[in-house]
Amino acid sequence: MSTFNQELDAVGLNCPLPILKAKKTLSGMPSGEVLRIIATDPGSVQDFKSFANQTGNELLESSEEDGKFVFLIKKA
Amino acid sequence: MSEPKKLAIIATKGSLDWAYPPFILASTAAALGYEVQIFFTFYGLELLKKDLKLQVTSLGNPAMPMPMPVPVMMQALPGMQGMMSSMMKAKMKKKGVASVEELRDLCLEADVRMTACQMTVDLFDYNQGEFIDNIDFGGAATFFEFAGESDICLYI
Repeated sequence: MSTFNQELDAVGLNCPLPILKAKKTLSGMPSGEVLRIIATDPGSVQDFKSFANQTGNELLESSEEDGKFVFLIKKA
Repeated sequence: MSEPKKLAIIATKGSLDWAYPPFILASTAAALGYEVQIFFTFYGLELLKKDLKLQVTSLGNPAMPMPMPVPVMMQALPGMQGMMSSMMKAKMKKKGVASVEELRDLCLEADVRMTACQMTVDLFDYNQGEFIDNIDFGGAATFFEFAGESDICLYI
């Protein structure tokens, strides 16, 4: 189990809400901290990859647990 | 840090379904670090009203998925448009799709600049009080000042 500083529940939310809420949460976090996001939108798997590529925040982990998608993003 | 990328959008449509592309793209681009402006003209101005009364219709849109086949003549009956709009809103809510109001608020929160076409305001006898706060009123030249410098420019 990887460690994280904050968690965001984006279960049941559809595009683009998981990204928007993640961005908002990250904005309030200091650089280097890790945000864990739980989502059910299958599109979010590719979207968080693209979000990380474009914003410089690092996608440490992208996995699936019990039909939910879990992401760990390190704030740049 | 380098200069942020810029996205310019012209929003020309005012139905419930067409309200989504400009607000989804603008809010997402802002989350990715873009500077974003949307210019609302003609029916797009409906998207800036304080009180949104957006509707959707299958008339003239044979691609709209319907729960059951309905002949076009029936689709034109009074009350059908209201019913279709309610059904669409209920479906969106069930699927976790944000409301137009929510996306619009997220755009404003992310400093997406919104400009209403003053000519359209005059044309349709709207008054500025009908629209949400935090928007500007301007014309084509206002749009080009930003669009001319943009990396992406979309007409929706």
